[in-house]
Amino acid sequence: MSTTSTPGPVRVEGREKVTGAARYAAEHTPPGTAYAWPVPATIARGRVVSVDAGRAMDEPGALAVLTHENAPRLKDVDDATLLLLQNDRVPHRGWYVALAVARSLEAARAMAAAVRVTYAAEDHDAVLAPDHPGLYVPDEANGGFPGSRERGDFDTAYERAAVRVDATYTMAGLHNHPMEPHAATARWEDDRLLAYDSSQGATTVQKTLAALFGTDKERITVVSEHVGGGFGSKGTPRPQVVLAAMAARHTGVPVKLALPRAQLAAVVGHRPPVIQRVRLGAGEDGTISALAHEVITQTSTVRQFVEQAATPSRTMYVSPHSRTTHRVVALDVPSPSWMRAPGEASGMYALECAMDELACATGVDPVELRVRNDTATEPDSGKPFSSRHLVECLREGARRFGWHERDPRPRSRAEGRHLIGTGVASSCYPVYVSASSAQARVDGDGRFSVRVNATDIGTGARTVLTQIAAEALAVPMDRVAVEIGSSALPTAPLAGGSCGTASWGWAVHKACRALGDLIGEHAGTVPAGGLTVTADTSDDIVSEPPQAKSSFGAQFAEVRVDADTGEIRVSRLLGVFATGRILNARTGRSQLVGAMVMGVGMALLESSTLDTRFGDFAERDLASYHVPACADIRDIEAHWIDEHDPHLNPMGSKGIGEIGIVGTAAAIANAVHHATGVRVRDLPLHPEKLLA
Amino acid sequence: MATHPAPDRSTGPGRSGDPDRTTTSTVTLRVNGVPRRLTLDNRTTVLDALREHLDLTGAKKGCDHGQCGACTVLVDGRRTNSCLLPAVAHDGAEITTVEGLAELVGPAEGGALHPLQQAFVDRDGFQCGYCTPGQLCSAVGAISEAAAGHPSYVTSLTAGPPGPPVPLSPDEIRERMSGNLCRCGAYPNIVGAIEDVTR
Repeated sequence: MSTTSTPGPVRVEGREKVTGAARYAAEHTPPGTAYAWPVPATIARGRVVSVDAGRAMDEPGALAVLTHENAPRLKDVDDATLLLLQNDRVPHRGWYVALAVARSLEAARAMAAAVRVTYAAEDHDAVLAPDHPGLYVPDEANGGFPGSRERGDFDTAYERAAVRVDATYTMAGLHNHPMEPHAATARWEDDRLLAYDSSQGATTVQKTLAALFGTDKERITVVSEHVGGGFGSKGTPRPQVVLAAMAARHTGVPVKLALPRAQLAAVVGHRPPVIQRVRLGAGEDGTISALAHEVITQTSTVRQFVEQAATPSRTMYVSPHSRTTHRVVALDVPSPSWMRAPGEASGMYALECAMDELACATGVDPVELRVRNDTATEPDSGKPFSSRHLVECLREGARRFGWHERDPRPRSRAEGRHLIGTGVASSCYPVYVSASSAQARVDGDGRFSVRVNATDIGTGARTVLTQIAAEALAVPMDRVAVEIGSSALPTAPLAGGSCGTASWGWAVHKACRALGDLIGEHAGTVPAGGLTVTADTSDDIVSEPPQAKSSFGAQFAEVRVDADTGEIRVSRLLGVFATGRILNARTGRSQLVGAMVMGVGMALLESSTLDTRFGDFAERDLASYHVPACADIRDIEAHWIDEHDPHLNPMGSKGIGEIGIVGTAAAIANAVHHATGVRVRDLPLHPEKLLA
Repeated sequence: MATHPAPDRSTGPGRSGDPDRTTTSTVTLRVNGVPRRLTLDNRTTVLDALREHLDLTGAKKGCDHGQCGACTVLVDGRRTNSCLLPAVAHDGAEITTVEGLAELVGPAEGGALHPLQQAFVDRDGFQCGYCTPGQLCSAVGAISEAAAGHPSYVTSLTAGPPGPPVPLSPDEIRERMSGNLCRCGAYPNIVGAIEDVTR
């Protein structure tokens, strides 16, 4: 056991970030830069009949109003959310129908307000309902997981079970809202495009822009040196970089576009609303015999995205008879996409609340119930786990939290007007890895440099890659310079799926080891011209490994609920995780704690209400979409178990960027039930739901 | 903390000499101790003047609505959301941005950091770094306010108004820093960093 007395190196770009020297995508202003401001549709479905840009073009400094009639033509790509200003269709409210471009930001904003769009509106459907006739089972949910899986005979096993739980959990949509809005600065010169983009992966942006503009990717450079958070919402190219590049091509000058915060809710993705029915059939001792997790969710008419919320139930617990299904309906609404732990965060909210209900129904302690249903093989695949320390996380968390002092009876503890309760939930997140390349070089003077198109969206990637390189080269960190965040660097996958460190780090490790060998071949003497090695891990990564690979964890929450107002405060939150080897305790703990903070938001505060009359989200800014503030976060701890797993990668690491948000909301919801005796099955846990 | 004398605003902003007299003005902002004379669109905020006209991109634009705090700078010594300030109304104002924080505590030669900047690095008080300049300026302001005896929502007033300084307990720090959102969730480390400096 764990927790690492040495805190790990500080962030290598820390100084730049605290002095304001670190430059983000909208902080590059080439001479003559113009500014763009988009015009969102105000109808939920229909057609643009006309765009009157006359008044807009009267604005001093006006350069252009792009519409579907005059914007550069784009080639087809898979992601139809990027096919902007190409035709007159309006698939949802907030879809961009025009783009104002001017010599100043103020003029562009005024122009956008002055553009007059006439629509032919059509009836729209923005209501997600469990009996919607358009619901269908997709072949695949996000991540390539099967839309539906059946094992054994769920119906019979559930019918025969001694104890049954049947509960439906609902949650509104959620928005990533990174602090840096989606922004890009684009410049065409001699048919070459340079774009600074707020992105989680410049290689992906480069390839997509090349496809959209029908040009070689060698003619496009995308830079994402510093990125102000993403949480999935910058995982693939989003409208800002396409629009900025279109406007720059149309006007012939560099164009900067930072999407206004109030427009983000409709155009950069979100976690969709999800309705989840979980049925657990168990013996008197709590051992699960039948498990059904049935998910209903929505996507847009532009692109299918299915939040894979039933997938955790294929991994977590013993379940000889199982049904895990997704059904989705395409509505006239904004397109959902990745938000931190898509599938796991939403799915584990439902599964882990249902486990708490099973604990109550059987009288088995919630920690013990999870221990009893632990499994060494993944139920759905039948593969053995490469490592699984869920039980250790539960036991260690219970010890640290003081769980054994708990009176299991709901509403059994009060202090003054506050009801106090505690709850537990498990966490999980799959282990992913992608092929990457990287280059390692030593100069004649003995200084090392590593080049890889990794992206540091706040994860600490730049720092950890420097550590990996230094360790592989057996030199101190300050002799290694790591360059990341540009498509001009060796190709690498995006920062997503919690697999950045594993994917990029593997290639960096491989290149540095090879460079070390090469230096050895030169008898330790580096030629004046230096030595360079490029490595690629395409052949190292096994596409169908014989083991199931996942991280696990356990989270414990204590809440204080005001008995008069229903206000909920999380007074303690403690997580213990088993995620392979933690490479940097300082930045790693920040990742875990930060995701748990986002989990507090999911539990108590965050909610994007789809206004079905208008077909768009009602919470459009940070005054109405409430993310946790400093005063919302009190005693919060993340610990980990030292886990040695030889089946991962040369560093022995699993991902840590997302697991922290998985289970938090359930732990808090379970604690609220323990405090109050009221089982609220709808997120977020607003006070009025307790008082109803 | 450094305090600044009230600026002399008796002259008001000058009208610019260009033909479009009704839409631009010439103002002088004293940014990090340096007077910067600018002719600006009357709609330009202090934040956009800094970022787009002076290439001081430390102050961030997170929401442009005064809701997130990423744009926080010190104006005449007080923390302020610069996205809400028309530059034309701040002729002569003393503005300190994150780029000038180190000079508040002494000559920043040799790249010395303000103690709060160093504490944020040591405590890992940020991840993506986008809210960080605002957090830092806000922390400087919050420490000054507490030193001057300003109570917060969590300050106990049962024994009457607090005399200066108000001790900055973790609760006080959390309350006073709640105007600066951090989506990465670095709050515990931000509070720790401020505690390190004020202890």
